[in-house]
Amino acid sequence: MATHAEQLTLARPAVQLRGLTRSFDGRTVLDALDLDIPAGQFVALLGHSGSGKSTLLRAVAGLDHEVEGSGQLTAPERVSVVFQDSRLLPWRRVLDNVLLGLEGKEAAAKGREALAEVGLKGRERAWPSELSGGEAQRAALARSLVREPELLLADEPFGALDALTRIKMHALLRELWRRHQPSVLLVTHDVDEAVVLADRVLVLEAGRIGVDLVVDHGRPREEYRGVLLEALGVTSDVR
Amino acid sequence: MSPGKRLPAAQLIGPALFIALWAGASAAGQLDPAAIPAPWTVLRTGVHLWTDGTLPNDILTSLRRAASGFAIGLTAGIVLALAAGLSRVGEALIDGTVQLNRAIPTLGLIPLFILWLGIGETFKVAIIAIVVYIPIYLNTHAALSGIDSRFVELAEVQGLSKLQFVRQIVVPGALPGFFVGLRLGVTGSWLGLVVLEQINATSGLGYMMFQAQNYGQSDVILVGLVVYGVFGLASDSAVRLIERRVLSWRRTLSN
Repeated sequence: MATHAEQLTLARPAVQLRGLTRSFDGRTVLDALDLDIPAGQFVALLGHSGSGKSTLLRAVAGLDHEVEGSGQLTAPERVSVVFQDSRLLPWRRVLDNVLLGLEGKEAAAKGREALAEVGLKGRERAWPSELSGGEAQRAALARSLVREPELLLADEPFGALDALTRIKMHALLRELWRRHQPSVLLVTHDVDEAVVLADRVLVLEAGRIGVDLVVDHGRPREEYRGVLLEALGVTSDVR
Repeated sequence: MSPGKRLPAAQLIGPALFIALWAGASAAGQLDPAAIPAPWTVLRTGVHLWTDGTLPNDILTSLRRAASGFAIGLTAGIVLALAAGLSRVGEALIDGTVQLNRAIPTLGLIPLFILWLGIGETFKVAIIAIVVYIPIYLNTHAALSGIDSRFVELAEVQGLSKLQFVRQIVVPGALPGFFVGLRLGVTGSWLGLVVLEQINATSGLGYMMFQAQNYGQSDVILVGLVVYGVFGLASDSAVRLIERRVLSWRRTLSN
């Protein structure tokens, strides 16, 4: 589905979508959507459930072979995906899960390094069933990091975690992003999560980008929160 | 709510009590020795049959039949399940045929197989192989085609080749199902053996028991049943041991 850009320029964005359209059984979910994500930018994508957030992410990930659609899509070579569930294979030990699809001694060393980076040093030989939800999601992060992605796609990666674990994972993700500088597209339904993590927050409305907001982390979060909640149709008297 | 701590050697308590009751009733003269001989009579008969060489000979014959049939059934079950589970053409050719085969009770094939293969060893081994391959095929095939679609997506994201996908995700994911089939197959091989040896055989454990029935030797019949029981238990334990080794990742889930 992805067609690669014909010419490389310095200002080439990591992700470029032009007129991206996707529909299910005649219902248009993405409607001629345009979006550029510059290299290294951390973007959060908000939207109601069913607004097409995941459809967009899956399109960028190239996971939507069976979906009807058209449009142009450019994405980097190395893309990693973190799912809502950790999706660790229960029959492989943690390190072998991180190395899924990679081979060689060098890869193993990188895998150990990635596990150490997410705070799972010493758990290389554990089975996934022995990990807590937060640990499993850390292992999934390590699995995506080890491939040195230019683009990290995350589909509500913290949705299934408890509030305290989620806060820790926010800090970890932000730190990993600072260190490795991939472009990030984070799908979430949590306005606060979006504002805390991302430099730019998008709201998906009627199949297109309705709100496109650059977040200045120096300013109070409340400002952005109000705008975004309103864009999502949560008015002040309901709040 | 839990029933409490497990008693030591819990599984042996029931059988031990049963044997004690049996011995007690025999000693008190409450049982007709012609119908239900005492445990020590059965033991003595067993030792006698063993030392005069008939029992080891019969056991060996039976084991050879069960092992050949089982080996063929196991191989056929695995090969057919892989072919049907990994390719659409294979599925179209194989699955319907096996389902049809499954609908016919295998022991019902005995008359036809005797006509085709004669009354020798070949037909016995063939029947056992069929009894074994069906549960192994069914369970392995179901496990292969039931691989979680989320893992298919993961394989794609991680850039796995088709071969890597099969070896690292499909096969290990299907192993638990395969072991369910394997245990059913092992049980099936003994079941088939008993039936075959009691209708058409001139040696083997079933033959020994059939002869004993004609001569009213209930102690010999009981010896045969004990040997069958020991074999069944030993083979099932062996499979379970292998299963625990191979599926060690599951142990943490079940306890």
